[in-house]
Amino acid sequence: MTDYSLDRLPDLAPSARYKFATRVLPLLLLALILLSIPLFEPSRTWLSLFNAIGINMVFALSYNMLLGQAGMLSFGHAVYFGLGGYAAMHAMNAIENASYDGGVWTSFPMFALPLVGFAGGALAGAVIGWPSCRRAGVPFAMISLGIAELVAAAGFMFISVFGGEEGITGDRMNGIELFGLSLGPLGEVYWFIAFWTFLGTALMYAFTRTPLGKLAQAVRDNPERVQFVGYNPNRVRYLVFIAAGGFAGLAGGMSAVNYEIFTPESLSVVPSGLVLLMAYIGGARYFAGPILGAVVLTYMQSNLSDYSEAWLLYLGLLFIGMILFAPGGLAGLLLSGANAFKSSFGVKEFLRLGAYLISALLALAGVVVLVELAVRHSNGFGEAFEPFGWHLAPDQVMPWVIGLVLACVGMGLLRVLSRQGGTGS
Amino acid sequence: METVVFALLNGLIYGLLLFMLSSGLTLIFSMMGVLNMAHASFYMLGAYFAFTLGQHTGFWFALFLAPICVGAAGACVEKWGLRKVHASGHVAELLFTFGLAYVIEELVKIIWGKFAVAYEIPPELNFSLFELFGSQYPAYRIFMLAVSIGMLAGLWYLLKRTRIGLIIQASLTHPHMVSHLGHNVPRIFMLVFAAGCALAGLAGVIGGNYLVTEPSMAFSIGPIVFVVVVVGGMGSLEGAFIASLLIGFLQTFAISIDASFAEIFSFAGLSADGDVGRITIASLAPMLPFILLVLMLMLRPRGLMGEREF
Repeated sequence: MTDYSLDRLPDLAPSARYKFATRVLPLLLLALILLSIPLFEPSRTWLSLFNAIGINMVFALSYNMLLGQAGMLSFGHAVYFGLGGYAAMHAMNAIENASYDGGVWTSFPMFALPLVGFAGGALAGAVIGWPSCRRAGVPFAMISLGIAELVAAAGFMFISVFGGEEGITGDRMNGIELFGLSLGPLGEVYWFIAFWTFLGTALMYAFTRTPLGKLAQAVRDNPERVQFVGYNPNRVRYLVFIAAGGFAGLAGGMSAVNYEIFTPESLSVVPSGLVLLMAYIGGARYFAGPILGAVVLTYMQSNLSDYSEAWLLYLGLLFIGMILFAPGGLAGLLLSGANAFKSSFGVKEFLRLGAYLISALLALAGVVVLVELAVRHSNGFGEAFEPFGWHLAPDQVMPWVIGLVLACVGMGLLRVLSRQGGTGS
Repeated sequence: METVVFALLNGLIYGLLLFMLSSGLTLIFSMMGVLNMAHASFYMLGAYFAFTLGQHTGFWFALFLAPICVGAAGACVEKWGLRKVHASGHVAELLFTFGLAYVIEELVKIIWGKFAVAYEIPPELNFSLFELFGSQYPAYRIFMLAVSIGMLAGLWYLLKRTRIGLIIQASLTHPHMVSHLGHNVPRIFMLVFAAGCALAGLAGVIGGNYLVTEPSMAFSIGPIVFVVVVVGGMGSLEGAFIASLLIGFLQTFAISIDASFAEIFSFAGLSADGDVGRITIASLAPMLPFILLVLMLMLRPRGLMGEREF
């Protein structure tokens, strides 16, 4: 007989080292990256890009508390970003007025404005979430869409609160200074954004480790069993919704200080769609996914839009491609790549990976050529697409054929490769 | 009286246009469980196809050809896109159609330009049919009414009186049984998807020149079509019909009322200077469908005539 006494059972808890590597190290890395960016003395363009990335990172992570963690698909998350941002904007103006007239707001530093945003977003989440969180799945998505349309329309209607078409503006260089930051120059705003990005990310990560965070995942996977265990799934959803609204409001507060303006546009369905794309393209199943998505999409938004008018089309195609072929998003792709690298990586796998990459690049090049030609053709300015010094004019046949052939060959190769992979391994 | 009659007529036409869009969406939704976010994009494609085809063949051929082209596009989307995503669940399908709406809008912008195209009412129908209270009533609106009613009758006949309709109705509720009986259910799904898209395309053909044909037309009508489907109830064409007319009348009546809150609630002491007092009923019109949607989902989740919650 084997003795199954308790002291002989293996210890299944993760080791201290494993815990450090998976829970603390990534956050330390993030802090290190945030601290080291100013050492490279980035230009103003890069600084404003970094600031935008920080804001979108917190926003996308807050969205993923809903989509990735609790399995709630929302089409109106920008409502909480916008309402939090408006709360911060009004607080900013209150601080400015208080610096002349005195009052409660004199002792409130501009640096802490995202807290006002958090409160505003969480309050909005608590009010709007009460009716909408009673339903899950597709009805929840529909309610969120309806509410987003309502709030955006109301934003244009209540001019004294939302400022109408031109929005409301403020001045961030008022009130008492924290950490010796006047928040005037962009470099100082960077520290503000970096601080709140790190704090927001760390807190949202900590949230996933709380009992509520774990319950949210359980509700996503099997709400019925959660009910059997004795918890109310709707209540869990509601609490997560409030937290997600709060962090979206935090991002809104960051945005208020960064741009010093908020317009009702920011409440609408368009930014809600963008944050959904960020979270999904980055990888909604992983905590770090939305971070990746925010970095990539914000970069695309600010830089690709200079190169190509059709960047939104590329974004849409990327999104559809991700849904069809890589539901894990960028984070999932990276992770599976890393896993393949760890386990049995011989010459054969290396060649296979190379073949995949080359055919994907061929397909991409073909699609890009076709799209760019089409854009120039429809503009009708007689402009030619000139990548790397080649001259591809849309009024000739040859460039279209090149694009078509490239796209077809690339996609065909990808198809062949994926079929081989299906039978081979 | 004058405003009431005009609002009734215009509301009826708008409501029937909405029904043409929502009937396909309801069928697709109740059959496959997919709320097709790109449905209004097919409506837009219908208008643009009719514009381009109309330049070569004239309006009357385009009226038939454009919906067929849109239906073919829908079939391709179902076969090579949606069917693949189906395995990943409803949320993935919803996201796929959401992405598709993005892509179609951008493609339309590239192909036809960012501004409205000059898709106009055919000259044969560009006259006033009769005079009502001293103002002319355009014949094209009556034509729209006729097409919508024709479609309504055709759809009703197809679904309730033919064998194909019987199979479709059976696949709505018992897809496994239908497939056991030897019918190719995926193909039925594809055909229904294509037919739904073709109906949306038809709505685009006759609605595109009545309203405006521009890249944002899908985005402006899409959410309202969802409202119709949700309010009408899952899987219920009758519900979708009632909801379409309801929203059509609601919006056209609201637009024709010019009173502001200050005038209506003056007995409560509401002044015309504040934000609330300045709101007019007409400016509330675009919000009404969404108020209806939120109330409906909260109070009666299965919709007006729906048989089950979704």
